[in-house]
Amino acid sequence: MDTSLFSQALSQEPLLQVQNMSRFYGERIGCRNVSFQLWPGEILGIVGESGSGKSTLLRCLAALDQPSEGEIQLADGGQWLDVPALPEPKRRALMRRAWGIVHQNPRDGLRMGVSAGGNIGERLMDAGERNYGEIRRVARDWLARVEIDPDRIDDLPRHFSGGMQQRLQIARVLVSEPRLVFMDEPTGGLDVSVQAKLLDLLRALVRDMGIAAVIVTHDLAVARLLTDRLMVMKDGVVIEQGLTDQVLDDPQHAYTQLLTSAVLV
Amino acid sequence: MDMIRVNGVSKSFTLHNQGAATLQVLEGIAFAAGAGECLILQGESGAGKSTLLRLLYGNYKCTRGEILVRHDEQWIDIATAQARTILEIRRFTLSYVSQFLRVIPRVSTIDIVSGPLLARGVGAEIAARRAGDMLSRLNIPPRLWGLAPATFSGGEQQRVNIARSFIAHTPIMLLDEPTASLDAANRDVVIELINEARKSGVCLVGIFHDEAVRQMVATARFDILTAKQPEAA
Repeated sequence: MDTSLFSQALSQEPLLQVQNMSRFYGERIGCRNVSFQLWPGEILGIVGESGSGKSTLLRCLAALDQPSEGEIQLADGGQWLDVPALPEPKRRALMRRAWGIVHQNPRDGLRMGVSAGGNIGERLMDAGERNYGEIRRVARDWLARVEIDPDRIDDLPRHFSGGMQQRLQIARVLVSEPRLVFMDEPTGGLDVSVQAKLLDLLRALVRDMGIAAVIVTHDLAVARLLTDRLMVMKDGVVIEQGLTDQVLDDPQHAYTQLLTSAVLV
Repeated sequence: MDMIRVNGVSKSFTLHNQGAATLQVLEGIAFAAGAGECLILQGESGAGKSTLLRLLYGNYKCTRGEILVRHDEQWIDIATAQARTILEIRRFTLSYVSQFLRVIPRVSTIDIVSGPLLARGVGAEIAARRAGDMLSRLNIPPRLWGLAPATFSGGEQQRVNIARSFIAHTPIMLLDEPTASLDAANRDVVIELINEARKSGVCLVGIFHDEAVRQMVATARFDILTAKQPEAA
């Protein structure tokens, strides 16, 4: 038994802290009083049916939207950054450096008029890489890692299948080695067999790189395969959270019981 | 040395969508199990053996009582621990061996079996070799190693799961009928694996349907129906 592994893993500080966060749209509640912590290397799932507030929550976390109340803090170089309060240029710099967003529709995350290699290289250039040969080398390497033939480096994403586009988007997001990744239904809209491949790939990449991730999905099977912890949302509120297998196998809340009994997971 | 201590554990299920019916499954369970022991949970069908095992793993939420597990030289209560602490304990201290294999469809058998070694920092080459040895021992022929087990027979999948579970021992292992539906030869291999783990100091708590198997692995028994302290086998 290697005890050093324990102390290393348990001494870590959380990467993200969310305290009583709410987002209102006028009278309407997007999400209300959400609190949680996320640690490095942890994968958190957010499940609930459409309209439950899970995408609103994700958008606020990823700084694509501003919360109405509450705090979102990100650990950065030994201090806590109040993400919503950061001035716009600083937030943009942080987004490029520290986190990535995988959109449900790859068209929202890719530049469709730019080659596959360009889509990956752009993020590297944002991160300060200037050597053209090195950018191409890394882009080819990442195409291979997401199982796209590296010889298609100069092809446009619009000539790729849906599954390939999604894998390209993942390469574009992960190439800059973010500490935190947000994913909105990353396997939505794909065939079941393609989904399985993508899930396997995502899990391996996230585990190997020690990335923390927040994944929104309505698919409980996806949540079971990919996530460590789960939050269940209904009407904008987190009604249950805990270990993924505990929430799915021994749900406490009436709504979660309904959700888990309606499908095979 | 005790590895697991269960005190006053009760479990009830409230079925909110079936008229909020409450099922009381376990009441006032107490026992302890130590390193180098194999404690058998026994009781009639429906007595709550599997429920108890799932509580120990943190898969079910404990209604009342404490489930103390020795992790990294400390006692941690699974019943109240944070999710991430339970994940930590499962990574290093506590594993659950069922007869069912649950993995992402596409991963090859050899990678599934070597996974736990890789997660503990063993080099890829050594991990693959040890995985091969373990699969051979469980009579999974090399021609299957490169394939994903989705297309394997039920018994083959079960043996892949056993291989993955026993390739790297955790200090505490929970066994949920690991020998069920195996043929005699493979069942004997699993019994050997269990006894080897025990002799190397692992604390095992298990459910076994077959009395013959129980007799070959048990060092103590706990009867759920009468909920009395374990006695020497």
